[in-house]
Amino acid sequence: MGYMENMGNMGNMENMENMGNMENKTKTTAKEKKKTEALLKVENISLSFIQYASGLRQTELKVISNLSIEAHSGEILAVVGSSGSGKSLLAHAILGILPSNAKLDGKMEYNGQQLTPEKKEEIRGKEIALVPQSTNYLDPLMRISNQVIGCVEEKNEGLMKKVQRDIFQKYDLKPDVDRMFPHELSGGMTRRVLVSTAVMSSAKLIIADEPTPGLDEKTLNETLSYFKDMANRGCAVILITHDIEAALKISDKIAVFYAGTVLEVANVEDFKNNGENLRHPYTRALWNALPQNKFQAIKGHQPMQDEVIDGCIFYERCSKKNELCSKGIPQLKSVNGGVVRCNNVS
Amino acid sequence: MSTAVVTVNKGVFRGFNLRQKTLLIIGFTSLLLLAIVISSVEFGDESLHTNFGSKNLNPSPEHPFGTDWMGRDMFIRTLKGLGSSIMIGAFASTISTILAIILGLLSSTGKIADSFIAWLVDLFLSIPHLLLIILISIGFGGGATGVIIGVALTHWTGLTRVVRAEIKQLKTQEYIHISRNLGKSKWWIATKHIFPHLIPQIFLGTILMFPHAILHEASATFLGFGLSPHEPAIGIILSESMKYLSAGYWWLAFFPGLSLLIVVLAFDMIGENLGKLIDPKNAHE
Amino acid sequence: MLDKDKIAGFIGNKILRLLSLLIVVCFVSFMLIQYSPIDPVRAYIGEMPVSAEHKANLEEYWGVNTPPQEKFLNWAGDALKGNFGISLIYRMPVTDVIKERFTASLVLMAASWLFSGILGFILGIIAGMKKGTWIDKTIKIYCYVLAATPTFWLALILLMVFSVYLGWFPIGLSVPIGVTAENVTFLDWFLRLILPALTLSLLGVAQIALFTREKLIEVLSSDYVLFAKARGEKGLDLVLRHGIRNVALPAITLQFLGFSELFGGTVLVEQVFSYPGIGQAAVAAGLRSDVPLLLGIVIVSACFVFFGNAIADLIYQFVDPRIKQQEASI
Repeated sequence: MGYMENMGNMGNMENMENMGNMENKTKTTAKEKKKTEALLKVENISLSFIQYASGLRQTELKVISNLSIEAHSGEILAVVGSSGSGKSLLAHAILGILPSNAKLDGKMEYNGQQLTPEKKEEIRGKEIALVPQSTNYLDPLMRISNQVIGCVEEKNEGLMKKVQRDIFQKYDLKPDVDRMFPHELSGGMTRRVLVSTAVMSSAKLIIADEPTPGLDEKTLNETLSYFKDMANRGCAVILITHDIEAALKISDKIAVFYAGTVLEVANVEDFKNNGENLRHPYTRALWNALPQNKFQAIKGHQPMQDEVIDGCIFYERCSKKNELCSKGIPQLKSVNGGVVRCNNVS
Repeated sequence: MSTAVVTVNKGVFRGFNLRQKTLLIIGFTSLLLLAIVISSVEFGDESLHTNFGSKNLNPSPEHPFGTDWMGRDMFIRTLKGLGSSIMIGAFASTISTILAIILGLLSSTGKIADSFIAWLVDLFLSIPHLLLIILISIGFGGGATGVIIGVALTHWTGLTRVVRAEIKQLKTQEYIHISRNLGKSKWWIATKHIFPHLIPQIFLGTILMFPHAILHEASATFLGFGLSPHEPAIGIILSESMKYLSAGYWWLAFFPGLSLLIVVLAFDMIGENLGKLIDPKNAHE
Repeated sequence: MLDKDKIAGFIGNKILRLLSLLIVVCFVSFMLIQYSPIDPVRAYIGEMPVSAEHKANLEEYWGVNTPPQEKFLNWAGDALKGNFGISLIYRMPVTDVIKERFTASLVLMAASWLFSGILGFILGIIAGMKKGTWIDKTIKIYCYVLAATPTFWLALILLMVFSVYLGWFPIGLSVPIGVTAENVTFLDWFLRLILPALTLSLLGVAQIALFTREKLIEVLSSDYVLFAKARGEKGLDLVLRHGIRNVALPAITLQFLGFSELFGGTVLVEQVFSYPGIGQAAVAAGLRSDVPLLLGIVIVSACFVFFGNAIADLIYQFVDPRIKQQEASI
């Protein structure tokens, strides 16, 4: 199970270099933005579900705990973690579209304002847009153009239709796509349609939930470039993915998601050589597990969601653990331009 | 990752969790039905003696459901009618279940058998159910026997489909393939791997058949195809009551029908709650 | 839009299936009645005393002494020519009886089918939208209770309340058999229709409402509704935009699959209200061993059920764009 974390596609180095060009361009803009306030601040949120276990016992299942991230305008923040670890729920929590049996604690701020459930309902789809992962997120019985335009007043419909056509044109979606149903789209077309929905909304914060599963190399890079574009136009982008290589290609910062929390937020430049600039042992292990690096998997598996853990969540698998680590969750520390939750970093 | 399993109790049955609540509902309704059957047998025929001195009485503490044109107590008549309804329902459901198991298993033996059984199911569903029961009951000489056979022979279609689909699905499972590759006999696989999965489904299917069987028997009897007028049956009581409607004897129809409704509802509730226990995934509400 | 060849193939296939089904249904029902221990003559004359000569006449008329194979072949041969024989109790051709009776029943069934479908769908949508609230619980309980209600009992209760107690409708709703549709005024006819249709509608609501509710809840928890919410859609607009669109087709399909139950309900309701429809004729034919009429009704009802299923199939295969696409790609 240890190499679950490097399920990402085996990208080749050539492509990494292509992307490097773009990176340099944005690095400067990113640095300027660093001084400004974050567009979205998520502080110490926890998320749990009330569920029925076997025999109809009700249980509370904690899926996210003590998670903090920040998203800045013009920057791409990648949230990287293995499949099924609850990353999508983070997106749903920010948008306020969690199921009714979910319980969310903690603080969120958008543009300096408290992000209450009412506020979320008001700004989602306008200020914050979601780019979902698959065609399942499109109404199977609605034609594509109506879907992308969304729910609008009748008098604006003509105008919106024109805007939608322009966006489709830009993404090379032909006029006949407008009248198609979701199941008629190819994988690449679905991707572009889903991205169009976010562009249509002119949102300032884009949350892309696993936008690159099972894409071939070309489509993958194409899709990633759409998000890069959005960031360059001044949007804050949160890219949720299990594919660390894809994330490294375009992101400014990488948040490492593990067992329901973020262990480290590192700058993309920290991922080089043997990972000595990385702060958390898990991030380093993740980096070293990539095929073009040491291709070394770490032992053990992520703790189950119903396991009770008092200390550091990575304790079981950590090579540097000490007694302190088993007692209490390590504090969040700012180290070297990034943040980390580890006792052994100073 | 600090909290783990916590049991939460809330809802109408404060102090009980959902499992206990479900068991409680099942227990209570089963007890009610059992009480009806036992008391319907306990009251001998002498408690239904005709007494023209007390005919057509309104409901009163002495006769909670009133009395009929022969002065018989409607409560006892209803109780006896319900008792026979439940027993006929039980008999018919059992026969239909046995048929469903046989046909379901038969359909898994080969392609020809499978399409034959699919065809048979379609054939039985092609005529409106009530009309089919009437036809079969005429074919078997009418009367109580006819209707009971009619009801018993027509309720197997749904469960047969369930058994058939369930076996089909189980057969594609990995562990069945492995057993087969390990050289286990067909019989061994059937008894060790397939039956344990089928039994809860079959049990539930039988319970869910009850209400339909009871209502169909009552309907056929009401129309005049079933039990004869001197036998205790809700259908008879209600068809008799039609003669007295214009006279304003509302209780003759109201209480017996309502009791039948409650019995049917009780079976539905048992079925639904059993379903929740068997498949907790559907119980998130 | 629709592929003509495909539709022709669909209809051809359906007609073949209907014919093969009808042959089996005819044979099985004929044999069931033929080998019934019930003596048709006795069932017809009932308790009244008759002379031996009269009885012999009747036996001749019923064909008691004709061998069953010959009888079936005679009957089947005539049936192929569109002649289903003479109804013994109505003393007219079976086709005429069925035509008149089935038209009356069709009006009743169509009215309650439409009304229960629309009401059930609306109730289901409301319950699904308000899942878990008291509105939802009320609708659910209403549906569960209705599903457990004996049709004929509800008919009796409505008859008691509206005809006996309130006196809004006449109690004896029947029209003498000799009176044909032309002699009945529209108002008479409409008054006769209301209570039976109301009974059937109230009962028909349960299944469609519960189904619509389940389906809507399923749709509302789907990924595409989640995405619609993420895009700022909410409340009634969301349900109207995505819910109705995705629930309507399966609900309409289900309503067409319910023809068999509708027919059963009609039989009971017509009996209570003495509505001169095909259900009442079926009961009379069954009770008094009117073999030609009973067989005719069985055939008509089988066609009726088949028709409902065929339309459900048609919707499934031709209207739903997802299925259309899958078919094309095979």
